[in-house]
Amino acid sequence: MIKVENLIKIFSGVTVLEDISVTFDKGKTNLIIGRSGSGKTVLMKCIVGLHEVDGGSVFYNDRNFVSMDFRERKEIRREIGMLFQGGALFDSLNVEENVMFPLNMFTEMSFEEKLERTNTCLRRVDLADVNRLYPGELSGGMKKRVAIARAIVENPKYLFCDEPNSGLDPKTALVIDDLISEITHEYDITTVINTHDMNSVMEIGEKVVFIHEGRKEWEGTREEILDADNENLNDFVFASNFAKKIKSLTA
Amino acid sequence: MGRVFSRPEKSKIYLQQTLREIETLGLNSVGIVIIISVFIGAVITLQTRYNLESSWIPLYLIGLTARDTLLLEFSSTMVGLILAGKVGSNIASEIGTMRITEQIDALEMMGINSASYLILPKILASMIFNPFLTLISMFVGLIGGWLAVVFTGALPTADYIYGIQYLFVPFYITYALVKTVVYAFIITSVSAFYGYNVQGGALEVGRSSTRGVVYSSILILLADLVLTQMMLA
Repeated sequence: MIKVENLIKIFSGVTVLEDISVTFDKGKTNLIIGRSGSGKTVLMKCIVGLHEVDGGSVFYNDRNFVSMDFRERKEIRREIGMLFQGGALFDSLNVEENVMFPLNMFTEMSFEEKLERTNTCLRRVDLADVNRLYPGELSGGMKKRVAIARAIVENPKYLFCDEPNSGLDPKTALVIDDLISEITHEYDITTVINTHDMNSVMEIGEKVVFIHEGRKEWEGTREEILDADNENLNDFVFASNFAKKIKSLTA
Repeated sequence: MGRVFSRPEKSKIYLQQTLREIETLGLNSVGIVIIISVFIGAVITLQTRYNLESSWIPLYLIGLTARDTLLLEFSSTMVGLILAGKVGSNIASEIGTMRITEQIDALEMMGINSASYLILPKILASMIFNPFLTLISMFVGLIGGWLAVVFTGALPTADYIYGIQYLFVPFYITYALVKTVVYAFIITSVSAFYGYNVQGGALEVGRSSTRGVVYSSILILLADLVLTQMMLA
C-alpha cells in the first residue's frame, strides 16, 4: 500500500500539486487520470522521488519516503518497478541486457540464473526470440513489453506506469493494459498507472483518482465514474461527441 | 561532482563500463588523431623550412622546430581541442539524449547513482587513454614531417632526422602528458555536465552539445596557459 498525505509541489513559484492525499491499494490497479498538464506525471514522479516534494508525505507501508536519505531511498527503490512513457530502454544495450540490467547491478546471481530469470520475464510479456535486438529495432508495443519485463525482473512490490498506452494503437493498448493488470494480480503488487485513456479506465481501473489543475477532485471505481457528479470529471470522461451521445441515450 | 565520485554500486560493472568507454572515446579516436597529426607534422615542417630561408640557419633546426612544436603544443593542446569537438559533443549528446528519453530517470528509479554510473567511467577512460593518443600524435606527426621532407625534397632527410633528435628534452613529454590528462578531465566533465543537465527536447540536446564543446575548448586554452606557466617558467 502507498499512502500520499497532503502532498504539495511547486515549480518556480507555481503550485503544480496542491494538498493531494490519496491511498493506493495493494493488489489493485490504481489509476491516476486527468487532462494533459493536470499534474499526473509530476504526482507520480513525486511519489517515486524523481521530484522532491515541497510539502506532505509519501508512505510505502508506513515508511515515510520523503524523510529518507539517498541510501534509505535506494532500498525502497529496489522494491519499485517503473514503466516510463517511452519505455526508457537503454539504447546501447540489447533486449536481454536491458532486462538483465537490474540483476547485474544488484544481485550476485550467476549468468545462467540471470538469463533464466530474464527469459522468464520476457516470456511473461509474450516476447520470444528478441533477446539480441536493440531498442531501435523494436516496435512501440514491443518496447513497452520489454520495459515491463525489466520493471518486474526483480519481483517489485510496487509498479508505476506512466502513460503505458501512449503512442500505441487501441488493440495493442488493450494488450498492454491486460498485461499490467494480470501482473498486478499475479504478483499481488501495488500498481499505480498514469493515463488519460478512458479505455484503460474502463478496462482495468479498480481504483481511479481524478486530478484536475493539480488538485484531487474525485476518487472511486470504474463503475462509479460514469455516474459521478463532478463537472470537471464529466468534462474529461465525456469529452467526445460520441461519449456525450451515449451518455444522453443511457440517461 | 560529489555524486560522480561517490562509491560505485558495483565495481565490476564500472570496470566494464570504463573498458567500453576506452573503446568508444579512445580507440575510436585513433584514426582522426593519426590523420590530423600526419598532415600537421608535414605542414609544420614545410612551413618552418620556407620561413627559415637563410644560409645562416642550419637545416637541422627545421627538424628541431617541428619536433618541439609537436611535443610542446600540437600533440597535447591541438589534439585536446580536436577531441573536445569529437568526444565532447559525443558525450554531451549521448547523456543529453538519455536525459530527455528518461533513461537517466530509469537508472535513478533502479537505485543507481546515474551521475556516477554514466560520467565516472568516461572521465577515467579519457584520463587513462588520451595520453596514448598524445604519444601516437607525437610519433605520427614526426613521421608526417619526414614524409614531407622525403616527397618534396625541402631539406635533406639526414638533416631532418638529426634535427628531431637534437637537444631533446625528455621533460617536454612529461609536460605534454600532464596537460593531456588535465584536458581529458576537462573535456569529459564539462561535456557530461551540460548533457546531464539538459531540459527539454532535441534542440536543447544540440545546444548542450555545442556549449560542452565551446566551454571545454575555452577551459583547455586556459589550462594550457596556467600549466605552461607552472611547468615551464
